[in-house]
Amino acid sequence: MNILLDMFLTFAKVGVMTFGGGYAMLPILQREVVDNKGWATEEELMDYFAIGQCTPGVIAVNTATFIGKKYKGIIGGIMTTLGVVFPSLVIISLLAGVIEEFSHIVWVQHAFGGIRICVCVLICNAVVKLYKKAVVDKWSVAIFLAVAAGSYFLDLSPVVFVVIAALMGIGLQVRKGGKS
Amino acid sequence: MLYLRLFFEFFKTGLFAVGGGMATIPFLYDISDATGWFTYNDLANMIAVGESTPGPIGVNMATYVGYLTGMSQGGILSALLGAVTATLGLITPSVIIIMIIASFLESFRNSRYVEAAFYGLRPASTGLITAAGLSVAVSNLFFPDALAQGVSLAVVNWKGCVLAVVLWLLTNKVKKTKGLHPIVFIGLSAVVGIVFSM
Repeated sequence: MNILLDMFLTFAKVGVMTFGGGYAMLPILQREVVDNKGWATEEELMDYFAIGQCTPGVIAVNTATFIGKKYKGIIGGIMTTLGVVFPSLVIISLLAGVIEEFSHIVWVQHAFGGIRICVCVLICNAVVKLYKKAVVDKWSVAIFLAVAAGSYFLDLSPVVFVVIAALMGIGLQVRKGGKS
Repeated sequence: MLYLRLFFEFFKTGLFAVGGGMATIPFLYDISDATGWFTYNDLANMIAVGESTPGPIGVNMATYVGYLTGMSQGGILSALLGAVTATLGLITPSVIIIMIIASFLESFRNSRYVEAAFYGLRPASTGLITAAGLSVAVSNLFFPDALAQGVSLAVVNWKGCVLAVVLWLLTNKVKKTKGLHPIVFIGLSAVVGIVFSM
């Protein structure tokens, strides 16, 4: 089979099996990409995944692009990326139509009333998990509190906070470096 | 031009959302405020659907928002075009950034400045998600319409609060259930919502 088509299909398979967040995809990538296809070594995969986590965008997409680019250049990166998002496009488009069709039914509205409560709890759990990793000292506590309050009360784009926080991180590091 | 705007809004999300699928949520709230394409309630529904279907949650939500926004323009074809446009918008910055990093892998990994930037970015991203979560919580644990008329016991969604506490216990404290996939709790909440008319 054409290698590019194979890359697209393999990552479409990874996309289908990634249920929820990007973290769920690591074991699947290990099996498909490292064991079955040999497109990357275990160590390379861990590197790509680590960088995929800390670069902007969806982790699954970042990791897919990285593997494709490293194995078959730019066109490879594009094929793996399109592969990993393809199942979402198909499944969500089908579902969204169905949900819209039924959304005026009273019991469907009640169901979503319950589901939205669950979403609150899921976001809360995600925040607690992220907080433990992100907030490590008094400066990170300050950045966390300032951004949370600022974003909730002020009518500013999240972009503003992201840019300022990145600059602050660099500024704090430079200052610390200057002292030592 | 709606599709151009859709692409641009999701390009922005893909470029600035750091830390995975949940990090896209604050940007989606921002899009809701800026464009009125969907309400906060629509968004909470989309998060639930994105969590319960195969595929990365960030991509699922982009596709969903794009589909609904496109549909407001007419039939199924404009909906599909919207879904594709939003998804491509979200992934384009990833593709560009990763292509560049892949070429300079070593220097990126060892860069002091990259590490320093993320020292600031991680708590900021957590803060943004916290604020978005607070918005979801306020609009669902209270009745926003009643809240506008004054504060009293009637503004609290008591059924919702009880369900929230139960779900929190099930996902954090109860050993048997806390490792289960979110879809289990979403399904359970749907049933509870129907039974208790939430």
